[in-house]
Amino acid sequence: MDTNQRPLSPHLQVYRPQWTSVLSILHRITGVLLSVGTVLMVVWLVALAQGEAAYSAMLQFMGNPIVLIALVGWTLALFYHLLNGIRHLTWDTGAMLELKPARASGWAVVVVSVVLTAIVWGGLL
Amino acid sequence: MAEFRLPKNSRISKGKHHPAPEGAKNVKTFRIYRWDPDSGQNPRVDSYDIDLDDCGPMVLDGLIKIKNEVDPTLTFRRSCREGICGSCAFNIDGTNTLACTKGIDEISGDVKLYPLPHMPVVKDLVPDLTHFYAQYASIRPWIRTQSPAPPDKERLQTPEDREYLDGLYECILCACCTTSCPSYWWNGDRYLGPAVLLQAYRWLVDSRDEATGERLDELEDPFKLYRCHTIMNCAQTCPKGLNPAKAIAEIKKMMLARQSL
Repeated sequence: MDTNQRPLSPHLQVYRPQWTSVLSILHRITGVLLSVGTVLMVVWLVALAQGEAAYSAMLQFMGNPIVLIALVGWTLALFYHLLNGIRHLTWDTGAMLELKPARASGWAVVVVSVVLTAIVWGGLL
Repeated sequence: MAEFRLPKNSRISKGKHHPAPEGAKNVKTFRIYRWDPDSGQNPRVDSYDIDLDDCGPMVLDGLIKIKNEVDPTLTFRRSCREGICGSCAFNIDGTNTLACTKGIDEISGDVKLYPLPHMPVVKDLVPDLTHFYAQYASIRPWIRTQSPAPPDKERLQTPEDREYLDGLYECILCACCTTSCPSYWWNGDRYLGPAVLLQAYRWLVDSRDEATGERLDELEDPFKLYRCHTIMNCAQTCPKGLNPAKAIAEIKKMMLARQSL
């Protein structure tokens, strides 16, 4: 028979989300979000260079509740990506790759990035 | 480029229901992926209600019972029924494992059975592993030497050197890890995947092998080795409790160690 006609077995459709794969895809998603956030930071700096009128308009935009929520999300993404990046660097030395420490460090990254985000925004607001 | 949706001919439709025999009190439903190459139709999921009071304890027992008593057309691979041959590897209850070592009582709700993920299907639960085996052959998984063998005995190694093979030699090549790896799903045509890389490391650390440099040369490739992003689904799913992610990290370290002068 023509083996090209064979169906592909289901993958994402049936594979139960694992803490391993979820933390991994979060690293990639937060990396993308950081790139997007960097564009906003550039716009902010350009507004600053443009002078008082442009900068006060920018400040007003940044004070918008939706933008504020996005900024909190950006901070969270920054801490998650930073801490998980350290986790990956540790793995590259061959350490903490057994399931137990890998799992513990994964949860630690999640908890600590939430705590650091709360500290930063608690200080700002 | 990763294709997250299933191709048109692979999307799953609703299948048939086989009720339990009358009087069955302890009923469990098996929901099983079916595809018949002769039907020209898309895959479907059939459901079978099984009387657990008249069935062995393992998922494989349930499958054999269905094939013997309910539906002889159900097709799957199995052999040793004790977790050493690696034939009955399926996606069971959302993760890859061996049906013969997975207890039915470990699964809450219906027992969902699919072929190993993101593979071409030959029939029902039987995936085409040709490419997987070809990748295994590509690492030339046998001892390579230059020195002549001792005339009167085998090539020996110390107990300490032998210990390096622990956690590697136990691999039964069931392909559970490789087909659990998202990176293998998207780049399996060129990425070797966790099982084959664990085997590659098994030969890299064997004190009797004399082709370490050659083996590393063969793996020095953006796809073969470096598509591993340490997701760790492989270690999470291995039915033998092995850790391919760690073996791959060790290969990456060996690559780095020989670069720095």
